[in-house]
This record gives sequence, C-alpha cells and structure tokens, in this order.
Amino acid sequence: MEANDGMEKKEDAVELTEQKPAANGGLDIDAIQAKLAGKSGKHYWQSLDEIADTKEFRKWMDDEFPNRSTLLTMNRRDLLKFMGASMALAGLAGCRGVFLPQDKVIPYVKQPEELVPGVPLYYASSIPLAGFGMGVLVEQHEGRPTKIEGNPLHPGSLGALDVFSQAEILGLYDPDRARSVINNGDVSTWELFNKNATKLLAGAKKIAVLTGAVTSPTMLAQLKAFKAAHPNTTWYGYEPQDRSNVINGLQTSSGQPLEPIFDFTKANVVISLDSSFLSPEEQPGALKYARDFASKRRVVGLTGEMSRVYAFESTPTLVGIMADHRWAVKSSAIAGIAGAIAEALGIGMIRSAVPQNVNRSHFSAMMEDIRAAGSSAVVVAGPHQPAEVHAVVAAINAAIQSAAVRYISPVNASYTAAGIGELKDALAGGSIDVLLVVGGNPAFDAPGDVEFEKNAKLAKHVIYLGRDQNETAALAEWALPMTHPLEEWGDLRAFDGSVSIIQPLIAPLFEGRSAIEVLSSLSGKPIAGYDILKGYWQQAGMPGTGEFEARWRDFVHDGVIKNSAFVPKTVSNLKTPAELPLDDTTIEINFRPDPTIFDGRFANNGWLQELPAPVTKLTWDNAAIMSMSTAKKLGLTHEDVINLEVGDRSVKIGVFLQPGQADDSIVVNYGYGRTVGGAVATASTNGGVPDPTEGGGVNVFGLRTLSSLNSASGVKITKLNERAQLVTTQGHRPLQSERIVDERDILREVTIQQFLRDPEEVVPEFAFPEEEIKKNNLYVEEVFEWNGPQWGMTIDLNTCIGCNACVTACQAENNIPVVGKQQVANGREMHWIRIDRYYKGDDVNPQVTWQPLMCVHCEKAPCEPVCPVAATVHSHEGLNQMIYNRCVGTRYCSNNCPYKVRRFNYLNYSDNQPNFMTKVRPIAAVLGNTTEERQNGIQLVKMLNNPDVTVRGRGIMEKCTYCVQRINDARKESKKAGRDLKDGEIITACEQACPTQSIVFGNIADKESRVSKLRNDPRAWLLLEELQTRPRTSHLAKLRNPNPEITPIPEPKPKKAKHGEEHGSEGHAEGEAHKEEAHKEESHSEGQTGTVKTEAAHGE
Amino acid sequence: MANKETLNNVLITGENSYASVEDSIGRLILKPQLHQRGWWIFFFIGLAGTGLLGVSITWLVYQGVGIWGNNQPVSWAFDIVNFVWWIGIGHAGTLISAILLLFKQQWRNSINRFAEAMTIFAVMCAGLYPLLHTGRPWVAIFWLFPYPNIMGMWPQFRSALEWDVFAVSTYFTISLVFWFMGLIPDFATMRDRSRNKFGKIAFAILSLGWRGSNQHWHRYEQANMLLAGLSTPLVLSVHTIVSYDFAISTVIGWNVTVFPPYFVAGAVFAGFAMVMNFLIPVRAYYGLKDLVTIRHIDWMCKILLATGMIVFYGYILEVFYGFYSGNVFETALTKDWRFNGPYSGYYWALILCNGIIPQLFWIPKMRTNLLVVWLVSFVVGIGMWLERFVIIPISLTNNYLPASNKMYYPTMWDFMMFGGTIGFFIFLMMLFLRFLPAINIFEMKDLLHKVINDESKVEPTVEAMNSKMNPTPAKEEVPA
Repeated sequence: MEANDGMEKKEDAVELTEQKPAANGGLDIDAIQAKLAGKSGKHYWQSLDEIADTKEFRKWMDDEFPNRSTLLTMNRRDLLKFMGASMALAGLAGCRGVFLPQDKVIPYVKQPEELVPGVPLYYASSIPLAGFGMGVLVEQHEGRPTKIEGNPLHPGSLGALDVFSQAEILGLYDPDRARSVINNGDVSTWELFNKNATKLLAGAKKIAVLTGAVTSPTMLAQLKAFKAAHPNTTWYGYEPQDRSNVINGLQTSSGQPLEPIFDFTKANVVISLDSSFLSPEEQPGALKYARDFASKRRVVGLTGEMSRVYAFESTPTLVGIMADHRWAVKSSAIAGIAGAIAEALGIGMIRSAVPQNVNRSHFSAMMEDIRAAGSSAVVVAGPHQPAEVHAVVAAINAAIQSAAVRYISPVNASYTAAGIGELKDALAGGSIDVLLVVGGNPAFDAPGDVEFEKNAKLAKHVIYLGRDQNETAALAEWALPMTHPLEEWGDLRAFDGSVSIIQPLIAPLFEGRSAIEVLSSLSGKPIAGYDILKGYWQQAGMPGTGEFEARWRDFVHDGVIKNSAFVPKTVSNLKTPAELPLDDTTIEINFRPDPTIFDGRFANNGWLQELPAPVTKLTWDNAAIMSMSTAKKLGLTHEDVINLEVGDRSVKIGVFLQPGQADDSIVVNYGYGRTVGGAVATASTNGGVPDPTEGGGVNVFGLRTLSSLNSASGVKITKLNERAQLVTTQGHRPLQSERIVDERDILREVTIQQFLRDPEEVVPEFAFPEEEIKKNNLYVEEVFEWNGPQWGMTIDLNTCIGCNACVTACQAENNIPVVGKQQVANGREMHWIRIDRYYKGDDVNPQVTWQPLMCVHCEKAPCEPVCPVAATVHSHEGLNQMIYNRCVGTRYCSNNCPYKVRRFNYLNYSDNQPNFMTKVRPIAAVLGNTTEERQNGIQLVKMLNNPDVTVRGRGIMEKCTYCVQRINDARKESKKAGRDLKDGEIITACEQACPTQSIVFGNIADKESRVSKLRNDPRAWLLLEELQTRPRTSHLAKLRNPNPEITPIPEPKPKKAKHGEEHGSEGHAEGEAHKEEAHKEESHSEGQTGTVKTEAAHGE
Repeated sequence: MANKETLNNVLITGENSYASVEDSIGRLILKPQLHQRGWWIFFFIGLAGTGLLGVSITWLVYQGVGIWGNNQPVSWAFDIVNFVWWIGIGHAGTLISAILLLFKQQWRNSINRFAEAMTIFAVMCAGLYPLLHTGRPWVAIFWLFPYPNIMGMWPQFRSALEWDVFAVSTYFTISLVFWFMGLIPDFATMRDRSRNKFGKIAFAILSLGWRGSNQHWHRYEQANMLLAGLSTPLVLSVHTIVSYDFAISTVIGWNVTVFPPYFVAGAVFAGFAMVMNFLIPVRAYYGLKDLVTIRHIDWMCKILLATGMIVFYGYILEVFYGFYSGNVFETALTKDWRFNGPYSGYYWALILCNGIIPQLFWIPKMRTNLLVVWLVSFVVGIGMWLERFVIIPISLTNNYLPASNKMYYPTMWDFMMFGGTIGFFIFLMMLFLRFLPAINIFEMKDLLHKVINDESKVEPTVEAMNSKMNPTPAKEEVPA
C-alpha cells in the first residue's frame, strides 16, 4: 500500500497542506492556496483571474514583452516564481493542455509536498456503476489523472478492476461531455439557473425527482434534505439494469426486502440459472465473486481444488463458459428448472419442467451432486429472472443450507422509490410541475411504453443534471453539466454495502457540479461537495473508534470505511411462490446490458465500444443474437437485417449467429443506437436514425415494456432485404480451424480427474515430444547468459474467465489508440492483448476456452532477424523490444510472428482521425438553435496519455512490452534502495487488473519466484513450442471438473515409452503413481460431492 | 494483325540492306508522323496511368498505408505482390541481353533492346513498392542503406529485406548501365542521321563521342562482355533473393525450399510473356516484321513453355510438400486455403493460367498464331500475378493460431496504385518507342552482314550461322 501514502496530498484536501509563510515579493502562491482553501473544485476556474490578479501578475500578463527593466532587476528566484505563478494555478486546475498554450514547460516553484515530477501519485476513490461503488486507486501525474486501478482494500475490487471502471478515465477526458449550463439550447450559467430554479421549485405544486440507483449515504441524505425543503416531492428511481426482481423475490418469500450476496469460497457445487455472476454488467460484486470463484478452481502443481459448476442459460455467459456442464435453455424455461430442482429437494412445488434438451439422468446426477454437497452447494439466478424464480432459488439455498449465500438489505436505496411506471402516470396526468432528473438518461433508456420523451414534455419544467449531452439533456429546459466521479467528492456503497469515498483527482474540466452539490443548493444550502460529504459523516458517525478527524483521514486515505458492510440478516421459513411463470413456447427475446458499453452510458467511450464482447467478439454494435437452428427455422443467416417486432414496436437489427445460444431465444444487448451523445456514441448514426446496414448499433430500449423489462415473447421477425455489417475481432468461421486446434498443441484442456490420474495427460498425443524439440534445437540451451532477472509470464487458462479486464488495463496503461469500426472491420484493432476464443464441440452447445495472448517475448524471436533496420531487438533481460523511433514499418516482423501479436499503425490512430471521430452535434444543434457541427476536440484526450509510454505515430509497429515502463520504475527503486528486485514488485497492467489472478509476471531466472514455479507446473506449456521460438510466456492448461455420471472420464492413454526419463527418478514416478492410484478412488467418491480435492490439499 | 506468317529459320526477312535496317529502325525516331493515332492513344493511356500513380502515391504518403486493404495478419498484400510481379517481368530483358549474349544466340539481337528497356521500366515500377509499402518511407529511404551516422547504427544484415535492397538496386544499376552502353553506337547512328538540330545535339551528347573506330568497337565488345558476365548472375540472384523474403520466414506457405529456382523460372516466364505482349503489336504496327520474325516468336514461345513447366513443377511440389510434410499447418493451407475456401478460385485460376493454358505451345501451329501467342502471353501475365497473390496474402490469412485468421480485401487504392504502375510502364514504353532505337541497329547490321556474307548463298539459317561463327554451337541453350 505504498501507493496510497501520497493520498492526503490531494490539492483539494487543502487543510492538510502545510501553510508556509509567503516568500518575499512576486506572487504569493501560499496566499492563493489559503484563498482557495475550502473551496470547491469548480470554484477555481471561475476565480482564476481574481486569484491571479496581483499587480505584478497583471503587468506580466498585459505586456507582450514583459517589462524588461523589471525582468533585469528581478533576481532569478523571483523571476522563476513569477513565471511559475501561472503554472501553479494551471496545475491546480490540471488543465493546462486545454486552456493554456502547451509549448512551455516550467517547473513548479513551490512544489507540492510529496510530488516528484515524473513520479505518479495514487489516490483512493470510487467509480459508480449503476449506482454501486467500485473502489479504485487513481494514478495521477502532476495533477493529471491517467489511469484507474483497483483498490486492494475495497471489498468489491480487491485490487482488480472491471472494464467499465477502468474506461472511466477516458470518460473523464471525453470532449463531448456536457460542458456548460444549457437553458433551452442556449448557454447559460449556474447563477441564472439557481435563481430560476429557486423560483420554479418554490412555485411548484408537485415535484418529481428521478434518479438512478442510489447507494451513496450522502446522496440519500441530500435527497431527504431536498424532500424536507420541498415537501411536495416524489422520488422516482429507474435503472435499466436493476436488481428489483431479486429483491421482490425475497420480499415475497421472506417478507422483507433482501438481496443475496455470495461467498464462492464456500461453494463446491454451483448451479447457475441464467446467471453470469462473473460479469460486472450483471453483478456489482462480480470482481469479488470472480476472485472467490477462481480460488475454488485454482490448481497449482497437483494441489488445489476444483468446484463443479452447472449452468443453465439462454446465451453463453462467462459463467456458462467456465461451467463443467452447461445446457442452453430458454430464459423462460429457467423457472421450470428451478422448480424441478426444488421438487427434487423435496420442497413442495407447483410446477417443474426440465426442458427437452436436458437429459433426465444428467439432471438427476446433478441433483445427486447437490444433495451430496449439502451446504457447500449454491444456486444462483440471474437478476433478470422473474421474482418467483428468485424466491424458489432462495428456498432451495435454504433447503440445502447453503453456506455460500447470505442476505443483506438492498444496497440500492432507490428500491423504496416509486418506479418509472408511476412517473409515467404522474406525468401523463399532467400533475407534475417540475421534473428533476439526476443522472441517467431516461429519454434514451426508459421502456418503450413509458414514452418518456412525450410524457416528459407534459411536465412544466424539466431539469436534467447529467454528465453527457444526451437525449435527456436535449429535451430538458435546463440541462446542467454534472461532474465526473474523478472531479467530485462523494461516497458510494459496494455490492455488500461497504462505503467507499469518491475523491476528486482534478478540478472539474468543465462547469460541472456534483449531484450532491446541486441537490444541496436546490434545498437552499449551497455548500461545497467536500463539506457536504464530511459534514454528513460527521453527523451520521463513522464506524470505528477514536477521533473523527483521524478516522476521516483514514477514510480518505484508504478509500473505504472498514467494517461498513451491511450485516447479513438471518432468514427463516422461506415461502415458495404460489406459482411459477410458464415456459414460453414462442420465440422469446431477452434484453441484456451490453458487456462493453453497459446500458448505453458508456456509448461515447471509444475503448469500450471497440472492446470485443467476451463471447461474440462483436465490436461497435449490438445484434439479434440467435442460434443457428433458430436462424435456419426463420430462414435467416448471419448479418441479415431483420425487423424485430414486439407488440406495436419494432426495430431493424442485424442477425448474429452464436454457437451455444438456446434455440427459440434471441438476445439483444441494449445501450446502442444513441442519437445524441457525442462523436463515438453516434458514430454510425451521425445524429440521425440508426441504420443496421451501416452498423453502430440499434436502440432496443423501445422494445422493453414496463411489464416485461427483461424479456418479451411473441416476437415477430421479418427478414429485410438488407445486410448488416457486424464487425468482430475473431473470424466467424470456426469450423475449419477446429481441426487444427484438435491436431496441434494450441490449447491444452483435460478433466481434473485425468490430470490427477496422470499429469502427463494434459499433453496431447500429437504434441511434439520435448526430447525431439531439444534434439532438433540448433541453438545453445542458454540463450541469455546475462546474470540478472529474466522476465517471463504465465497465464492460467483454468482460471481465466475471459472478462476483458486485462485488455482495457493494457489499453489504459500503454496509450493504445481506438481505431474505429471500419478499421476493426479491416482487421486493424490495436489491442496488445487479445483473448482468443476457441469453440469445442458442436454449434448447439460448444465448450469455449479462452486463450489470452499478447507478445510472448520469444527468446529466439522470429520477428527480430527479419527487421531490416533492427527496430526490434532483444534486451539482456529477455524482453523482445520494439524501438519505435527506428521502425520504418516494413511489417515483416508481423508476418513472421507465429502468434500474430504485433499491431501496426496503418493510419495515424494516436492523433485520431475522422474514422470514427465524426461530426458532433451539440445540444444546441440538436434543438435546432444552431446548425453548428464541430469536429471532436483532440487536445483533451491527449491528457489521458501515460507519460511513461511513447505515443506511437503512423507507420509504426507496436506490441506488448511486458509493461517495460513498470519494470524500469521498479528497477530504479530497487537500485536506489540498493537491493534486488523482489518477486511481485513488478506488476504488469494486465496482471493487476485480472480479477482471477490468472496472469503472473516475474523473474524466471529466480527459481523461487511465483512465475518460475508456475512455469514448471505440470500444466504449463509453451505455445507453438515446436517452432522453437522459446516463448517467455507460458500458458497453463485448462481443467474441467465434469460429473463422471454425466461425462465419462476418458480412459488413460497408453504411456509413452520415454516417459520415465522426463520425470526424474523412476522410483519417484512410481511412488507418485501409487499415490495417484490411491487417490483415484477418493477423487471418484468425491467426484460425487462435486469438488475434487487433491492429495496435497488433504495434507494441508 | 495478320495472325499467320510463314515460319522459316531466317532471322531477317525481306529485302534488307544496311541502309534499310538503319532506316526501318531509325525512322521511328526521326519521323514523328510514323507515330499515328495508335501511339497517341497508348501514350495518353500511359500518361493517365502515370497521373493515377502520382495521385495514389501522394495520398498514400499523406494518409498512410492504411488506405490499402492490408491488415493484421495480412501485412503484405498487393504491395509486395506487385513488387514481385514487376521484378519478375524485368527478368526477360536481362536474360535476353546477358545470358543469350554469352551463349552467342544471334536471334536475341532484334529483341534485346526492347526487352532491356522493359527491364529498366519494370524495375522502376517494382522499386516503388518496397519503399512506399513501408509505414514511414521518408526514413526507410535512407535507413535501409548502410550510411555512416552518429548513432553507429547499421541496417540489420540478417534480414532478407536488406538483401533485397542491395539486390534490386544493383540489378537496376547494372541493367541501366548495360542498356545505356548498348545504346551508344546507335545513338551515334542517330546523331549522324538526325537532321533536326535538337536531335543532333541530344544524340551527340548521349553518344559520348562515339566515332566507330576499331578501338571503340574493341572496347565496346570487351565492356559488353564484362557487363553481360556481371548481369548473368544477377538474373538468378535477384529473384532468388526476392524469394528469400518469403523462404526464410516462418510463414506457412512461404517457408519452402523450392522457392529460389521456382521464382527465377517464374520471373523469366512472366518476362517473356510481357515481351511478347508488347512486341507483337509493336512489330505489326511499325512494320518491323522483317527484323522480328515469326521465328523469334516461335522461340520465345518455346522458352515460355519450358519455364512455364518449371513453374508448374513448383506448384506440384508445393502441393506435395503440403501433404508429405505431415505438418498439419501446411496441409491445412493447401487444403483449406488453396484447394478450398474463399480464395480457392484464385488458386485454380492460377493453375489454369500458368499450368494448363501454356501447354498449347506444344502445338507448333499455336506458336506461330500471333493472336493465340498474344492471348496466352496475356494469360501468363495474369497467372504470374495470381501466383504471387496466392503465395503472399493467402498464406498470411492462414495462421498457426487459427484465432488470428482473417480475410484480406483490397481497396480501391490498391488497384489504383497497381493500375498506376501499369500506366507508368506503358508511358515509359511509348516514350522509348518514340525517342530511342527500339531495336539494336548495329547488331542487326552485324547480323545482316553475316547473313549476306554467308557462303552458301541460300537463305541462311541460324544453324548455318552458328556453324560458321562457332564450330560447336551452344545448342543446349536453344529451347527445344
């Protein structure tokens, strides 16, 4: 936690700054700091002039050639101070790239304490996702936040981070954010707004406040204060992806509003019912769940344990892909399955129906497993399943006394608020005078039958506070800019109720104010966000003992209040619902949040738009995802455009064929098809009507209705005579390549039972025998005789859940540009890491295996000898380095790379080009007040760049560097301290973000390092080793733990003759074989209980 | 054009004297009215193509290689396909002027100048690509050469691309010098025949003071032989090194040991096809039938047939390796990306163009049917382009890790640049026809001298001449 030490040194936390007496003469920065103390971030901007307005400064500023006599008479210190004044102020604002010329670099005169130029500081903060907080550490370079990383102290993050929170750093610098107060399309000011709003609210008979999910205690207090100030207020809540079904289900069964949280470290058998608890877009606790889940599937050497996962799901999810047994069933059939599980456990049930494609004996084998596992089994249902299913699932978990599930009060407080349906009624009744929308984007994402746009106009006044210039802002009378979480003070609760802080890293880039500030000023108490937050906690009391100030400082430093998680409640006598919803026999359609742009709030985020969706690998688009046989039945094929009709609403959308998708079940991810909202969000639509033939996604929110938010039946599909362009990063034709995967050593995957029987079974029969590779090797064994660290990496395919966190982490760390949909279609995406997806089996229900792949840093790298200008060379420490300045771009290195991990800047991507930065339509233009369409601002996005990594221009080859800048930083530190580098001191960006800790980086020359041990793991192999490239990255084979009753374990393959030589002494091998023999029975019997523990695990 | 002409073994037909030879070649330069509408049409086509090339190069340098369809994994596509294709076309010129000279093949005299010009122009077209296909041509243009610099940084000599730089630049230099030296006596002739002052001065400068003295001729012969000796290994080395660009790599479909001979044969094959594509219309249009006889055409067809079969043998070997190696990647490439799959049409078209259609030349009548010869040559030109297309981008679409397989689609700019180089080539050829002696005058006169002074007084044949000049004729080089 060294990283956190600099935390209090936030400029906004002014009271912690030591005040030194002013130096003689010049501009008194200390005085300015004193002046600024206690003011909100936003204030800095407005008062820049007034603060800088000393006599001398004015003179300096006014003069084109500043008074030379003054210059000459001034001593050097004063001169520097003088010049530094403007910089110091700009430093406070952190925006000198935007507002001041960039061509001068002037050092600090009075350097903020602990700030060493070039050395980043880290501050704890949190990033909200659908209201839930994710604790983060933000890397800040001289006042400029550049990267968001997980906060190890935060229970929801544990140091890892999901794609959304990581990409928020790009959201901060998004030039299309709401910049100023807009009144009916014209630029206005906060002062005018406040004056008007006070009048409006005072005169209003009925006020409606619409928010998204609210977990923030301070925000909740502000809402209450607002209600207290305006008693005729009703609070409405709407979140496109919410957990109300879960809460309602438990409400019916236990009588109190509850939601389950899980502890997968206690789950040996997991039954997932259309749930993707590893996906952050579905579960706020996904990172924690993934960590726990992986800990139950981690096998090191022959030690570890494997839980067993059964998944019933309509579309392949991260959980289904990790599952040992998966069945593709319709989402509407899940209720019947839940019923069947309950019935088998003897819970009185009304209805149970196991779908046709689930084999009865397999189902009963699964039930045996659950019964045997007892309290170590757990059933998890997706939040989009109806409340009744959650009630049944709770009853099942209660019946087996599952230790892996606990119930807490809902973290999202807005479940107590009225729903958007009630808001619609209120609006349609014409009784609402003022509609205040805080965050969210209901005009875009409200269900179709709410007709938000039409009904909102029935309110006399609409006030919208939001980060983006979006659809809702366009219809509001007052559109107010809201701050980004990195610009404001606040707090949030995590999935388990733990409180984390939102701490500003930079003064607001635009005129934004935070929600709590606006609510507070509308309640008649205009206070700065910092004071609101601190005041709240002072009043409410922080958990823990001791001085408040000390605890507050701990809170700001750690980012988390310890022990603030909700206390689990005990539930008993769970009632099962009277009836379960019936399975639908028609084609169903499921609405799911997008795995990359969530519900559309990240639609203007290029990183997320371009991030390939984990399973489909689709970028920049959504589609009607269906199975091959459904498509065949409907006479459709891939990329056909269809008219999808639900009730009286329809959309035009492209067809995407997905292996493993349930028949008669179509999934559409919502969030696409934004019409207002920035260059990236509206890239394809260009502000107009989205067209699937052009791509860029379609808005399907209109198909949702209040009565069926998550799915609809009775879908009518008409084929249109058009073609959609759906762009994926991985080919859509898996068929012919399958043979190669099967015949070559590209993936290694066996069952845990086989692995324990004989670890050699992970080695496929066709793999080149190691002896042969050694024999054929023309090179000396020791390529690098340098006595120093040798870098290497291991990637455990067994725990990789394919969540993409590493891809975004790498993008943020290494200044990787976004290239736009057309360039991705041309196969030119720049991600240094790709997660290859391999299907195994038929297209009905294939097994998927992930293989994350970045440069493997071959010791005999084929890219090196073919470069005519020596732009790619090896370091002593075994890094395959790219010398960008030397590269002329012949691209031969890429051709000669068997792993194809090199990326080429075909165009000037870093300085982005109009490929996706199309015209932006500001709100005023949308409203018709102006026809101005501006090109996207580039300068702002440049502030995002990591100063430790070169920004590559066009014509340059690039690739994974093993985060060489981090290696160098750590090496410098160790040299300064006069010690060797410690194992784990260098953490690559991908390794850091990985929620399952599947990536390990370190020194392979140190035999004690984690990476060395994993490199010698029996499951480790070198990809394409037969090419003798000698990669430094090893992959660890994937293991599955199938129920032998369902999938018989294959017979052992005949032993190879030369086996003994490879594995040390014969005696040892025999001894081990003997132990394995003894263990086999054990594992078989335990196979029934679902978890396979290895001998060493027993020993421990 | 007349498709049927009598085939005999005479290398110069008709009633020719030294003066008439000089005249029939020289008048192409001295009488502009000879270049009628046909010349102007092609001149403007060439000019337009050159303009197109200029536009596409400008846009390319301004915008980046991204305007082409290249992607990851297909980093090389049209750029390198066209480079290899053009380089190959150049080979016929060097083969004719150098190797056939060393082997004392008199029949080369009437076509060598033409073929050499094609070499120069084709290498110019080819040379554009390796430079412009780089991401940063403005630095590639000198970083690829070993020049002393303060960084002490040299090019990386292990790279086949570096060998390429030397191979192609040497090839271009030697070919240019060889060609220019061969032109000197003819420049002198033109200087003497030219009535126009500008022509006189220009040719006088170009002829470098040639007076036709014995000493001049002696030195010329010596230098000519030396340069021929230098050029001969180049014919083999240039395309061998070009083939190393592929053969030394790890790419499936590139890492093939048969590439060097197979590439050289392919180059000669393509080069002869291109020579015929140009020569047949030119000889008809400008009335050079007496100097470029049907016998020449016949022999060139035989060379086409021979080299075509070497190339075809290469294709068969590639397939053989694909299966015999037992390497699943090789097998997959052959089966899934060549025989079948989205690009199989190109592969089978290649087999048809280069393997099947040239077999027509087994039939003697076909070798003298000018329309057939022209069409087959044209098809071979296409076939050789397809060959490089099959080797370069299609091999790259198929990868060791099937997850990175990706299709390649060229863009408008790929075609524009290719079309531009063809236009540039035509443009240069038209200028060549207009301003330089397209057939070697003095060598034709030398040949005529030998024909006239033949003792037998019957129509001389090549065999007769050979026996006279050289008691043991170098028969092995005369194609069957």
